[in-house]
Amino acid sequence: MAERRDSLAQALRDPKKLGQASLSDWDRLIPEARRAGLLGRLAHLVDQSIGLDVVPERVRPHLLSARILAEKRRREVIFEADRLVDLLQDVLGTVILLKGAAYVLADLPPAAGRIFNDIDILVPKHELASVEAMLSLGGWRLGEIDPYDEDYYRRWMHQLPPLLNAARNSVIDVHHTLVPTTARVALDARELLQEIVPVKGKPHLAVLSPPDMVLHSAVHLFSEGEFERGLRDLDDLDLLFRHFGQSGMFWKPLLTRATTLDLNRPLFYALRYTRKLLGTPVPSDVVEETERHRPPRGILTLMDAAFHRAFRSPHPDCRDAFTGTALALLYVRSHYLRMPLHLLIPHLVRKGVRHHREEPAEA
Amino acid sequence: MQPREIYLRTGPFLTHLTTSSEPLLEALPSLYDPRCFVARPDFCDFHVFVRSPPLRRWLRPKVEFLFEGAPTFTPSPPDHAVPMFESGLNWVISTTVQQYLIIHAAAVERGGRAAIIPGQSGSGKSTLCAGLAFRGWRLLSDELTLITPVTTELLALARPINLKNESIEVVRRLAPGLVFSRPAEDTIKGTIALVKPPEDSVARMEEPARPRWIVFPVYEKGAATRLGIRPRAESFVELAANAVNYGVLGELGFNTLAEVVTRSSCFELAYGDLEDAVRVLTEMSESA
Repeated sequence: MAERRDSLAQALRDPKKLGQASLSDWDRLIPEARRAGLLGRLAHLVDQSIGLDVVPERVRPHLLSARILAEKRRREVIFEADRLVDLLQDVLGTVILLKGAAYVLADLPPAAGRIFNDIDILVPKHELASVEAMLSLGGWRLGEIDPYDEDYYRRWMHQLPPLLNAARNSVIDVHHTLVPTTARVALDARELLQEIVPVKGKPHLAVLSPPDMVLHSAVHLFSEGEFERGLRDLDDLDLLFRHFGQSGMFWKPLLTRATTLDLNRPLFYALRYTRKLLGTPVPSDVVEETERHRPPRGILTLMDAAFHRAFRSPHPDCRDAFTGTALALLYVRSHYLRMPLHLLIPHLVRKGVRHHREEPAEA
Repeated sequence: MQPREIYLRTGPFLTHLTTSSEPLLEALPSLYDPRCFVARPDFCDFHVFVRSPPLRRWLRPKVEFLFEGAPTFTPSPPDHAVPMFESGLNWVISTTVQQYLIIHAAAVERGGRAAIIPGQSGSGKSTLCAGLAFRGWRLLSDELTLITPVTTELLALARPINLKNESIEVVRRLAPGLVFSRPAEDTIKGTIALVKPPEDSVARMEEPARPRWIVFPVYEKGAATRLGIRPRAESFVELAANAVNYGVLGELGFNTLAEVVTRSSCFELAYGDLEDAVRVLTEMSESA
C-alpha cells in the first residue's frame, strides 16, 4: 500500500514516519487531511508521537490551527450536551449520545482532535413526538428542507431531519432506530437502550455500550451513501477497537451482540478494512469468526475495490479513474439497503433531476 | 486555455493559485507588486482554483472559486473573477487561520503605531483605509486584521484594497497614477474594484506593528469630520463583535482583545469628506 493516494491513511497508521516527511509531502498531506476532516486528528497524532517541533516551521501553523479549532468544538459539544439535558431530562430521564458527542463526553480516543458539527442523540421511538416538541421550545427547528426530503426522512430514515438552533448555530440529529426503517436489516433500538452506559460525572447522560457503539458505527459506515467523512469514521472504528480491545471483556460480547442484532456483515467489513488500511490488531480467533459472514467472493472483490476508494480523502488529488464509479456504486447500494426497489427507483430519479438543476450553495 | 500556476506571497501566507481566467491573469500583475510573485515553493499555505465549472464553459459561462478542491461560493460571471479571488482568499484565511485573532477591520500604521479601523462591509472602513494608505500611512490590511495573541502584534498583508461604488472615484481622485482593476459591475455589493497598494507598504510587509488607536468609522454623506472619544468597554464589545474567531480562541481571544483595547485610544470618526477625515486622523496621530 505504498500508493500515494493512501498517504493520509498511512499517516494515521504510523504517525512516527511523519518525522521524515518533506515540505512537499506536507504540502499534499495538509489539504488532504483538512478535506477529510482529519487535520485535527493529525495534529493530535503529531503531538503524541514526534512532537510539533519536528514538523517544518511553515507547516506548524496549520496543525496548530486545527488543534485550536478541535478544542473549541469540544467545548461546544460539552455545552450543548448540558443544554440538552436541561431541555429533555423531564421527558427522557436520560439523554443518550451517539457518535462524536458520545466520544467526547465519554472521553474516548476518537474525541481527540475531532472536528465535527452535529450532535447525535438516540431517543425511543415512542418519545419522538415529545422530544421534538421540547426541542422546538428550546429553539431547535427544522432547517430549510424540501417537503419531499422531509417526508423521506420521517418515513424512511432512522433519524428526524436535522434540527438547527439558530441562536447558537448548532445542529442536532435525533435518531430513533439504528438503521433506516425499511432496511433489509430491521433493527429495534430497544435492544440498545437496555445496555446503555452512564457518563461519569454527568447524571442524565449516557452512551451506548462498547459493543453497541462499535456496531452502530459499523452499520452506519457500511450502509452509508456518502464518504466525505469515510476515512474519519473508519479511523474512529480503529480507535474504538484498539481501546475496547485492551480489556479482556470486549471481543466475545461483541461477536455475540453482532449475532443478536444481525449485524455480522457490517462487523465483518469493519474489521476487514480497519485491519487492511489502519493495521488494527484483532485476535485471530475473532477474525476467523467474522470471516464466516463474508459475502460471496465476487461481491467481496467489488466491495474491496469500492471501499478502498471511498476510504480516501475526498480531495481531488486522491481520486483515480475508478473513484467516481466506486462512489456511485456505494451510493446506490446505500439506498438499496435502505429502501425496497419499487421506492428506490423513483427516489433516485428525483434526486438525479434535482442535482442537475441545483448549483453549489454559498459557503 | 491552459491553466497557469501562480504563487503569491502576502505577509506570512503563500498562496498557490491555478487559473485560466483571463480577467484575473490580466489584473494580478497590475495589482500585486513583482516581489509578491515567487517561484514554486515546496509548501504553500493555500491551494486555490479560479476556474469555469465543468459543463459551464459555453452555456452561460461562470467562474467558481475552489479551496483544496471544493467549491466555496456560488459561481459568478467571468468578469467578477478578480473580486472573487480576493474575497475567496479572505474566506480561506478567516476559516483556516486560528493562530491569530482575526478582526473584520482595516489596519494602517504611522510612526511605528497602528490604527485599527473595524467595520463590516459598507461602514466606510476600506475607503478610509485607502485614504490613509495614499496619504503617508503604511497599509497593513484592508479587510482582515490579524493580531498575534499575547504580544498583540499586527501582521501586514499589504494586499490590494477592495473598494465599492462611489468610493472608487473618491479614491481615484486622491492621487495621480493609482492602479485599479477593471471595475466588476452588478456584484451583490454593487460595483467593485481593487486598487494596488503603495509600494512602500508591500516592501515592508514583513514588518509587524503595535496597535495604538482604534477608530470606528461612520460615513455620513455631507457630514463634517468629528472625532469623538469612545469608552473602552464599549470599544471592546464592538471590536469583539467584529472578531471572526473570537469564540474559537476563547480565553486567549478575550485576553488579547483586552490588551489591545487597554493600550489603545478609542475613537468614533464621523466623516463625509475623505481628505478631511485623513487630515484629522493624521493630526491626531502626531499629537497623541
